[in-house]
Parts: sequence; structure tokens; C-alpha cells
Amino acid sequence: MSWAEIKNLQSISLKEIPSLSFVELKQQLLDSVSRGNRLVQFFGDKINEDIILYTILADDEQSKLFVASTKFKEGDSYESLTPVAKSFHLFEREFYEQYGIKPEGHPWLKPVRKGIAGISNDETPYEFFRMTGEEVHEVGVGPIHAGIIEPGHFRFSCHGEQIYNLEIELGFQHRGIEELFLRNKNNPIYLLKLAESIAGDTVIGHAGAFVRAVESLGGISVSRKAMMIRTIALELERISVHLGDLSALSGDVAYSTGSAVFGALRTKIINTSLAICGSRFGRGLMAAGGVNFDLTSDLVNEIMLTINKVEDDVELAAEVLFSSASVLARFEKTGIVTNATAKEIGLVGPAARSSGLPLDVRSDHPYEGFLLFPVYKLTLNSGDVFARAYIRYIEITQSIKIIKEVLDSIGEGELIAQNKKSQPDQFVISMSEGWRGEISHCAITDYNGQLRKYKIKDPSFNNWLAVALAVRKNGISDFPLVNKSYNLSYSGFDL
Amino acid sequence: MLDLLKLRLRHGFQAIPDIRNAEVLSTFRGFPLIDESKCAEGCLEYKNVCPAGAIEINPLKIDLGKCTFCGECERVCKNGAIKFTNKHKLGATGREELLVSSGTTFEEYYSGAIKTKKEIEKVFGRSLKLRQVSAGGCNGCEMELAAAMNVNFDMGRFGIDFVASPRHADGIVITGPITKNMAPALSDAYKSISDPKIVIAVGACAISGGVFAESSELNRKFLDEIKIDLFIPGCPPHPLTFINAILEFLDRK
Repeated sequence: MSWAEIKNLQSISLKEIPSLSFVELKQQLLDSVSRGNRLVQFFGDKINEDIILYTILADDEQSKLFVASTKFKEGDSYESLTPVAKSFHLFEREFYEQYGIKPEGHPWLKPVRKGIAGISNDETPYEFFRMTGEEVHEVGVGPIHAGIIEPGHFRFSCHGEQIYNLEIELGFQHRGIEELFLRNKNNPIYLLKLAESIAGDTVIGHAGAFVRAVESLGGISVSRKAMMIRTIALELERISVHLGDLSALSGDVAYSTGSAVFGALRTKIINTSLAICGSRFGRGLMAAGGVNFDLTSDLVNEIMLTINKVEDDVELAAEVLFSSASVLARFEKTGIVTNATAKEIGLVGPAARSSGLPLDVRSDHPYEGFLLFPVYKLTLNSGDVFARAYIRYIEITQSIKIIKEVLDSIGEGELIAQNKKSQPDQFVISMSEGWRGEISHCAITDYNGQLRKYKIKDPSFNNWLAVALAVRKNGISDFPLVNKSYNLSYSGFDL
Repeated sequence: MLDLLKLRLRHGFQAIPDIRNAEVLSTFRGFPLIDESKCAEGCLEYKNVCPAGAIEINPLKIDLGKCTFCGECERVCKNGAIKFTNKHKLGATGREELLVSSGTTFEEYYSGAIKTKKEIEKVFGRSLKLRQVSAGGCNGCEMELAAAMNVNFDMGRFGIDFVASPRHADGIVITGPITKNMAPALSDAYKSISDPKIVIAVGACAISGGVFAESSELNRKFLDEIKIDLFIPGCPPHPLTFINAILEFLDRK
């Protein structure tokens, strides 16, 4: 295979990325996928008349990434990869929507973020898949949902109580983030705030991916201490959302003690973030070159006390939750996604790990603190709501352990390294394991060293299809539970 | 069963007893104190420093309706012309009240920020049901609004709740910069609420577009047709900011 071999966060010159003909690319790509390599990114970039398609594949076991490109002209088409490799389905649709290069033979070339009825006369409203027959009925939910959550539309085709098909229409949250990145390429502080707002529940995850991309492009080396603080912040974010999810899952099955207890534990963790950086979600902590806030020894002691307390309480709360018959009756065998399906559609993060797919960027493509404190990949096999709830519990425990290890050896060092200008004509991929899974940001610089393309992929992009597949043959009343067990991002997907 | 009792016992009672007088940690970035006399010439670059364009110069002012409270300006000005305090009661009934000038103390800001009418207390004072609509919100404001209902903040104790149907609501809470794709749904939800109704804009994005203000994917025309009754600044606003602003607005002592 003639692809450029890189590592996570290793910037390379654009010249090193081979430009293949589409036929070569397709053949090598499918060979690679059949050997077990996984699709990470597949996106376009327009330069004058050319539309360049970049593809990045991962060999997770070897911690290697492979990148190659191919060139199209406006109005071109190509033979779709989805029929052979299903994990490409959404990437091909996105590439088509953004650049108009048609994947011929794509099984379902529907919109990704456009085509919402009643928005614009320039767009053809998308018509949902329809099931017909006696006793078949449709249920439409959204874009505004019952609770205080983000918008999206769900269209269920049901037979009685049973869901036969669920179509998920997203795009309601589209704020044009990738375009804003390029328009404000001269304003790094703005870009950082923008990265923090890609998904407000993954502030550290996305801001971290962004600053590491910038650091890699400029050859900035971050102090060990700053890296350790970032690692702590990322794991605090993971613990807090996982606790919130356990609270919400408890609430969804009317187990109110769990809802209250996990909710209150989450407050303790996000208030720890507040003590560190003044924001309950870690806003303002990250900076290109390091972090804006120090961990004083008082703060270290306080964090240690809090997580020890949370650790004890979570253990007891989880013990009660996972031994309650009424909870298990709802959790077990609900919304199953098998290992084969998870692999086929390319799931990432806890969604993948709870279906027995051992993927974790912290371990597969380690960075920062995870280079010094290796993460053991946790997997469960049942792929049901129970697995997705239980994996949150064991990941909370694991993250607490990581934080303790890191706190014990935090050391001293400068907080922010000197900023340097990004190198011209570079390409970098910055992957990190947010609480939802693999976040990847791809940055390309022009001849001035300024951003020419910034591609963001939230783990939700990989995982939304899992929700649609998980609810098939389940009762429609279990949908909220299944949806919550994934807790995917609308804004992270819609960008 | 024993474990369950043990868990309940250990959990205890965690609600903040006195919401009106609760303080937030000193690290929290709330109301900014501005001292223009400390602003040296170089500080004119503030305008570029602020990622949200919230700083106005000559005279120096901060627009809380745009501010994301990131603290970047405070870090940049070595003379201390801007200092964020942990004062979290930032809600205001008028857009212009959100503009903080040099020398304004928190007490001055707070005493003039929320002006309410007797009718509000009469109609909504004992029970206020709100329909929240996220129109491009990143889930930050949404999570803090949900947190306002949790066991710690327990906004329900004041008879203030979020409801599922706009038909059951007395008002609408908007988060997010209002994307093109959410504009019709937001407008529909607003129309579905019976009169009289109130409109609350939560977070920098809803108030001013926030960091997305320049995006071509927004459609904020809806805001021209309606009147916002209450502005809750923040990125995202703290649950105490939200609850206290509403209590103040309802004139609930």
C-alpha cells in the first residue's frame, strides 16, 4: 500500500500524502479495510477547480494511521464504497452534500444536514422512508423533544407497539462551525472558544483535539504538568457525563433514588472543574501550548478528597442500581447492537466497547497523559442498554484511578509554552477519546501556514446509526431508554 | 434493600437551602468589574482579544449579552482593568442593562437590572411553567437548565418547572443562536403557547448569537417579532443565575 503512514498528532507535509487515482484508492482502501483497518476520516477540500478527497484509515493494534488522497473535478462521480464497506455510508453522503461528487450505487444517498422541510426553497425537502400495510403506523417526534435536550427528528414506522424502522433526521443544530473556523483563521482565541462550543458537553474533548492539532502544526511542546492537568480535566469530563447518564437512565426507568444520587454526584465532579478553571464544563482551561489554570497543592488535595468520596458513593449506588430487579428488567436485552453490527457500521467509544469492540483512542493512539499512564480497554459483550449503562460505571471507576495516578505525580512545570506559527502546507490529524468516543480533528495549512481546511468529526457521527438499529423490534416505549443509553450529540453531529 | 437504605442515608439532603443567598465558588467568573483608568493604551487590543466581541472601547464597556466569561481579557490586561468577580446574579430585563461600564459595582448593576411589573407576579408568581427550546444550543445551556431541576438546585420548590408541551407553558426559554434549521420550529413553539406569555433568552448565543453571531447558518428574524422579557447571560449561565433571575422577575422575595 502506497499510503502515507502517520501517527496520531504527527504533522506531515502535504507533499508526502500520495495522490492516487480513484481506482487505486478504492482497491487499496478496500484491501486495507478487509485486513481489519478502520475508517477514521473521509472528507473533501476544494482548491480552485479541484476537489481533493482525503481518506484516513487506522490500524488500531499497531497505532498507525494511513492517509491518501484523490482528485475530482466538479460534477464528477465515483463508484460508491458503501455497498462493500458499510461504515462509509454517512461519510460518502456528507462528501456528496458538501462537494456534489456523487457516489454511484450508494444504497441510500439522503441528506446529512440539509433537506429539512420548510427551511429553504432551494432545498428539496427530504421524504422519509415509508412502510405501508395493515396496522402499520408512523410516529414522528421532534425536532423539539419533551425534555431539555437538543433538537432532532425521529420518524418511527411501527407495527403495533413494535418499531420496525427508525429514521433519524439531523441538521437542526447546524451552525456552520467548519466554515467559521476558516473565516476566523487569524483569530486563534476565537477558534478555541468555537472548539469549546462544538458540543457543550465535550468541551475538554473538542478543545483538547483542537489545541493539540495547533501545537502539532507549530511544533509547540507542552510541559508535562500542563499535559497532566489536561488529562485530569478530560477524565473529570468523562466521569461527570457518565454520572449524569446513569442518573438519566435511572430516571427513565422510574428508579428515582438512582436519578437523585447519581445526579448529585455529578454536581460534585463538575464543581471540581469549577474549582480548577471557573467553569463547570471546563471552559477556559485549555490553551494552545498548555493550560490557563494551575493545580495548586490545595486543589490537588481537594480533588483527591472529592474523587475518593465519589468513588465510594458510586460503588454503593451502582451496586444498588445493578442489583435492582425492576431496573434490570428494563436494561437487559433492550436495544441490542451485536458485535458484528458494531464493527460493520463503524461504532466508536463506549457504544463500541459495550458491543465487544475494543476501541479506545487513549490506548490505540495514545497522547499526553495516556502515554505515561496506559489505559486498559474495557469491553462488555451484550450490546444492550445494560452493557451501555454498566460500561459507564466501570469507566467512571477507571477514570478515577487514572486521575489518582496522575495527581500523585503531577510535578512542576510551565503552564503555557511559547506560541509558534503553524508550518505551511502541513496536514495533521488529532484524535482523542472524549467520553462519547473517538473525536478527530483534521487540519490542513496553506502556503502561509494558515488554516485551509478544518474537519471535525464528533463520535456521534459514527454512532447515530446504532440508535436506529438498536431500537428495531423493540417496543416504542423503550426508545427513550435506548436513546439515552447512547446519549449522542446533536450539535457535535450537525456542526 | 439494606444497601438502598444505606445509599439514601449517605445521600442525605443535598438541596441548597437558601437559593437567594447562595454563593458560587470564588473561581467562578461572574460579574466583571471594569476600571478604565487602569487601561493603558495597549489595551485597545481588547477588542481583538475578546472571542465574542463583547468589549467596547472609548469608553470601555463589556456587553454581558455577548460575553462568554472566558476571562481572556482579564488575563491579557496586566494592569487589572477588568476583573471578573464570582457574583452570579446577572439576569436583566432590558438588553441595554447588560452593558457594563467602567466603575459600575455589582450592587449598582443588580439593583437596576431586573425591572418587573405587578401583573407578572399576579399572573405567574405562584406557578410558572416553561417550555425550553434549543435552537442551535451546544448542550451547555441545556445541561445547566436541566441542572436547575436537580436535587441540588431544585427549582421545582418555587413552583417553576419545565414542561413538555408548549400548550401547558406560560413562557418559552430559548437557548442557542437560532439556526436557520430551527427557526420555524422555534416560532411554532412560541405560537403554541397561549397568551399572556413570557420569553426568556438564556446564554450568550440566544441573546446575541454569541460566538456564532457571524455564522451564515443563523436566522434570528424571529427575535424581531417578539419581545424578550428576561435575559440570562452566561456561557452557559450557572443554574443559580437562572433561578435567581426568575425569582427576581416574579418579584418573589
